[in-house]
Amino acid sequence: MPSFDLAAAPLRDLNQALHALPETTNETHWVIDNPGGKHAIACGLDAPITVEVNGHVGYYCGGMNARATIRVSGNAGVGVGENMMSGEIRISGDASQAAGATAHGGLLVIDGNASARCGISMKGVDIVVKGSIGPMSAFMAQAGNLVVLGDAGEALGDSIYEAKLFVRGSVASLGADCIEKPLGPEEIEALEGVLAKAGLEDVAASDFRFYGSARGLYHFHVDNADAY
Amino acid sequence: MNAPMKPVHRTLPRYSATFDPHTISEIQRAAATGIYDIRGGGAKRKVPHFDDLLFLGASISRYPLEGYREKCGTDVVLGSRFAKKPIRLKIPVTIAGMSFGSLSGQAKEALGRGASLAGTSTTTGDGGMTEEERGHSSILVYQYLPSRYGMNPKDLRRADAIEIVIGQGAKPGGGGMLLGQKISPRVAKMRTLPEGIDQRSACRHPDWTGPDDLEIKIEELREITDWEKPIYVKIGASRPYYDTALAVKSGADVVVLDGMQGGTAATQEVFIENVGLPILAAIAPAVRALQDLGMHRKVQLIVSGGIRSGADVAKALALGADAVSIGSAALIALGDNDPALEAEYQKLGTTAGAYDDWHEGLDPAGITTQNPELAARLDPVLAGRRLANYLAVLTLEAQTIARACGKSHVHNLEPEDLVALTMEAAAMARVPLAGTSWIPGQTGL
Amino acid sequence: MCGIVGLFLKGPKHEGELGSLLSGMLEVMSDRGPDSAGFAVYGAGSGGSIKLTLRGTDAARLRQVIASLGEALGESLAPVFHDTHAVVVVKDGQLADARAFLATQDAVSLVGAGERMELYKEVGLPGDVAGRFGLAAMSGTHGIGHTRMATESAVTTRGAHPFSTGTDQCLVHNGSLSNHASLRRMLSREGIGFATDNDSEVAAGYLTWKMREGSTLSEALEEGLDDLDGFYTFVVGTEKGFAVLRDPISCKPAVMAETEDYVAFGSEYRALAGLPGIETARVFEPEPATVYVWERP
Repeated sequence: MPSFDLAAAPLRDLNQALHALPETTNETHWVIDNPGGKHAIACGLDAPITVEVNGHVGYYCGGMNARATIRVSGNAGVGVGENMMSGEIRISGDASQAAGATAHGGLLVIDGNASARCGISMKGVDIVVKGSIGPMSAFMAQAGNLVVLGDAGEALGDSIYEAKLFVRGSVASLGADCIEKPLGPEEIEALEGVLAKAGLEDVAASDFRFYGSARGLYHFHVDNADAY
Repeated sequence: MNAPMKPVHRTLPRYSATFDPHTISEIQRAAATGIYDIRGGGAKRKVPHFDDLLFLGASISRYPLEGYREKCGTDVVLGSRFAKKPIRLKIPVTIAGMSFGSLSGQAKEALGRGASLAGTSTTTGDGGMTEEERGHSSILVYQYLPSRYGMNPKDLRRADAIEIVIGQGAKPGGGGMLLGQKISPRVAKMRTLPEGIDQRSACRHPDWTGPDDLEIKIEELREITDWEKPIYVKIGASRPYYDTALAVKSGADVVVLDGMQGGTAATQEVFIENVGLPILAAIAPAVRALQDLGMHRKVQLIVSGGIRSGADVAKALALGADAVSIGSAALIALGDNDPALEAEYQKLGTTAGAYDDWHEGLDPAGITTQNPELAARLDPVLAGRRLANYLAVLTLEAQTIARACGKSHVHNLEPEDLVALTMEAAAMARVPLAGTSWIPGQTGL
Repeated sequence: MCGIVGLFLKGPKHEGELGSLLSGMLEVMSDRGPDSAGFAVYGAGSGGSIKLTLRGTDAARLRQVIASLGEALGESLAPVFHDTHAVVVVKDGQLADARAFLATQDAVSLVGAGERMELYKEVGLPGDVAGRFGLAAMSGTHGIGHTRMATESAVTTRGAHPFSTGTDQCLVHNGSLSNHASLRRMLSREGIGFATDNDSEVAAGYLTWKMREGSTLSEALEEGLDDLDGFYTFVVGTEKGFAVLRDPISCKPAVMAETEDYVAFGSEYRALAGLPGIETARVFEPEPATVYVWERP
């Protein structure tokens, strides 16, 4: 099991080593110590490997991840898993702003809370937050599922497109063009699928409320002008 | 018996300078529709421009170079600061970012063909990279925009450089929009949007703001691409001294500075005409910022917005730019606003030379459209050839001027080779008024 | 555009370590602001006297100005030197005279004044700056630090944070205000003096003005939400208080940690990671447009 001490060697060496892994590598399980809140740890991976990070990470951990599984024992800074394409990122602590921003695919699980703009412009990713999410989350969210076991802050889903938002707790307020919709069988199935992927089979899908786009901003109308 | 009619002494109808016919028609249009006017292109109002600068050719005190025989270099290297693989261009003219979506696939292919023939780069736009443009562009710059439509790491790695777009000259501080007519099934799929809806694009990046966070974002992009690709930062000209300095401090390899004449696919007319600086006024402060940081020529400066001729290219370089970028001129070279299509422009309520409703997707030239029948009218091979020809002319013209000023490379043009015809141009470009040694307003940044 | 740190101790437990904790936090934020750094420490004070923090890069000139200030005030001043800064103690009633005198002196500036606040700032890497001033050896009840990447104003010590526009008041800022020019004109008419063209100093002056007019720290910040436009995360210190405010959009990063012993602020979590008991602290990101104030009795 390769290990890497970020207190002893530079980030560049780590990312270079992870990027250079051949498709058939046997080095499929990496352990990273002393991340020290450094930025861009394990970003741009594209291999079916597992990377465990023991400690707190800074901005953009796992950015643009494809196929890799990244587990962080600690808190994550801004933009964890930004633009992720596939694979899985799990954060044992809290995540800062813009978790999963613009991510296209894969699974992002945050055991603690995620702050503002969680899932901003998400484009197909599944995000599961076991705690609560901050204000302005899922702004302009285009596709994918955002599942929140706790509460959501102000202006949830402002200017949302076709992403699906599931919140078990309270929602401080909904943003422009975001409405609560009936939690039908199709949504329950989707939600159960995401919960299962996150390992939360004991959480009941029926406890959630479902929010999505009212589609009122899809075509400009003068009487909606104050929503712009 | 009727008295003979007395002649009536009427004055000619007089239009108000304030409420001119265009203004009146805009008020009427606004009242009828309730939405601001949206169009493509850049500022159409007259602003001080390169036309107000002249070169001082060589005579006795300086010696000119002989055309055709004595070499005048035009090559340029971009991104030599940090990138392992800097961009090497044969000519100092690049093709600006224009998206597939705003342009047809054929137009993107033609841009790639023309630029590759000329030895220069093209640039993607909002909405991602297409096979047409990657396949036909020998050097391709991948834009990283606030919307991140179609953004993916595979394309990031197969690009030759990355351009982080913070703003553009037509709308510094503004987001994008693409109306439903152009969100075809393919465009919708690339951008993960429902078909046919009006696309709203963000004006700020979703996961960073300001130079301290930009520095971290640049580090991430470098790490993902293993420090191989040059990172450009594109800004709309508004506070070019500070923005250039901050782009450099944040770690950019190249700064792209776009003036208000620079085009857009679709933006509010009020924005295009009233926000930002003409490129003439933006270059000197940007160059001064680079000089103050000791980074002039180390971090390269590409300027754009209203570049039309080799004279414009030479003037931009003389003011301190390393290269220029063209967008509108490239589309015209492909066939935009072709007088041969006048009858069709008339049907759209406009005329060849004035057509700017690029957002409607009805372009008879097949360039700014997603309609397959219209797009099929553009032959990418022929249009690419026209662009290559035009790029060759720009280069030859710039060389002609550089040789006349005694330069064996276009990069040796300098502000002292220029004078201004008007006080405005002298103040903005920071070169002396012709026949004097006077540069007005030198105190600003 | 920068890194911010702040530490407010609820009781005496960690007062002896305030400087060393703050110094560690500041150094971690170096890459957010490599141009300059500064900090304010609220330490010991005695009623009836005011500490003046003076800055002068020419040591001889600094001593000379302090000697002249003593003569002007009719006092024998005993300056304590920290690198380019010196702290001198004057009587409460002498503050106005001292300010007026110092305003006439070249090459020496008054960077802060307060019963308990000492304020240091200098161009350079934050770790170096903290080391030159001996921050790690300082004690106190609370402190605020800043690492700066200059945006629209010059990379000079005067442009470094914290900004102090009132006695025992200081402010640090991450972001960029969009209406500071008009606010500066209004505040100048109201008699608030500014030493720089920096937008953050306007925010400091605004709070000084509001508190002069009778607002509490908390009220002043609430009113600031209406009057200050643009992007900001502020951390503010007063003689007894410590406050945090983010604008309604809150783009700039901010993380806080609270335990029964302290409240800490960092632009990034890693600034807080070395604090005692951080593992069990309540860690949160302050809400947009929400005033957070902690005060000692």
